[in-house]
Amino acid sequence: MTYLHNIGSYFLMIIEMFRKPTKWSVMKQLILKDIDDLIIGSLGIVAFISFFVGGVVTIQTALNIDNPLIPKSLVGYATRQSIILEFAPTFMSIIMAGKVGSFITSSIGTMRVTEQIDALEVMGINALNYLVFPKFIALMLYPFVISIAMFLGILGGMAACVYGGFSSLDDFITGTQMDFEEFHVVYAFIKTLVFAFVLATIPSFHGFYMKGGALEVGKASTTSFVWTSVVIIILNYFLTQMLLS
Amino acid sequence: MIEVKNLHKSFGDVKVLKGITTSFEKGKTNLIIGQSGSGKTVFLKCLLGLFDYQEGSIAYDGKVFSKLTEDEKRNIRAEIGMVFQGSALFDSLTIAENVMFPLKMFTKQSKSEMQDRVDFVLKRVNLADAHNKMPSEASGGMQKRVAIARAIVNKPKYLFCDEPNSGLDPRTSIVIDNLIQEITDEYQITTVINSHDMNSVMEIGEKIVFLKNGLKAWEGSNENIFKTDNEVVTDFVYSSNLFKKVRRMYIEENE
Repeated sequence: MTYLHNIGSYFLMIIEMFRKPTKWSVMKQLILKDIDDLIIGSLGIVAFISFFVGGVVTIQTALNIDNPLIPKSLVGYATRQSIILEFAPTFMSIIMAGKVGSFITSSIGTMRVTEQIDALEVMGINALNYLVFPKFIALMLYPFVISIAMFLGILGGMAACVYGGFSSLDDFITGTQMDFEEFHVVYAFIKTLVFAFVLATIPSFHGFYMKGGALEVGKASTTSFVWTSVVIIILNYFLTQMLLS
Repeated sequence: MIEVKNLHKSFGDVKVLKGITTSFEKGKTNLIIGQSGSGKTVFLKCLLGLFDYQEGSIAYDGKVFSKLTEDEKRNIRAEIGMVFQGSALFDSLTIAENVMFPLKMFTKQSKSEMQDRVDFVLKRVNLADAHNKMPSEASGGMQKRVAIARAIVNKPKYLFCDEPNSGLDPRTSIVIDNLIQEITDEYQITTVINSHDMNSVMEIGEKIVFLKNGLKAWEGSNENIFKTDNEVVTDFVYSSNLFKKVRRMYIEENE
């Protein structure tokens, strides 16, 4: 029953988020601040993880291809496919559920604990629109983060491949250009936009409706990470089924 | 003026408010007092519209809140200033931005007009030099004064304060009490304060509503609370040794 109640509350929160909009002059600043916090602030960790995981994917692929009949360019092909289809959109979103999701839950949760949300409500402000809507809009730029993850992942793979002596630069580049299907990128960005919505709303839900004190803020952050990850994994399965099969 | 009639509020099976009827007058500092758990905060949150209630009515200058449309409710909320127990200042905004917040949200004033008003109210609460500080850099007393400045910046008709003295030393408490009293007189607003601080009762309690177990146990002013024979009130008022001593001295002097 509690799960059903929470699911119902989540969808009501989403409807409420679009009602009674905050003044545009104020909202504009909130959106810019959230772009800075959620998007620009994540670029460093995204770049670092993408580059090195791209390298690891390449090394493992190269080490598992020991048949001389398989062309060396396949390493680049496998790296590109792994990164564009799964690593950048899905696994980077799980990492972002930890980074951005925890930030959203703890910042909104702390506002709840310290009565800042009550202060907004007493003033007659739609707190959900004021707090969650700018995060939702900011995270619509999330595909930009993922495109950087794709680029750096492949770049990291290329560096590992060439400097690790697994194949030549030409072979790797030939592999990355082999049998390229544009729809795979479209599919990745469709997933990314859906995950962006999940990343903005589920952590906000856990922060906004939390009860208790500082300890509960920590618990809410953990719960929000778990649920955001679960929902991303489930949606990933269904979107892949719908769009690729 | 705020009129409350037969207010009932329960959480599940637990009845917190059991039929409170009272009124809070314009231009006066009205205090809600009582022990912890007596229903003060719930009562205040019902007055603010943060909690729904099962029975009764709350009317702001004759307008019954529950019967108003959403727009009318929003208009009344825009006329409310609130000082929360923990000040509830927005962490991400400077002190000046916190005070300017209601003006940005509810008025069409130019930036310079808003800045002038912020300068004025910050000066009014003796914080003329604190504009660019963050709330975390301000002391508890300063935060309370910023919260008061934010509450009055949009010239509210109603001012609510939830335990404005909690966590403050006696001297700062008196400063805050006097400030609230002066602002109430100056702007002729209806002020409702939730407190269990007897110093506040003595200093500024022009009207006092005493709650016990969700019921109104007594109503009066700071002049007659020390004269009442109501045992529930005297138990509360003279629960501290200091007040017991003062009472003994008063009785001895008058004998």
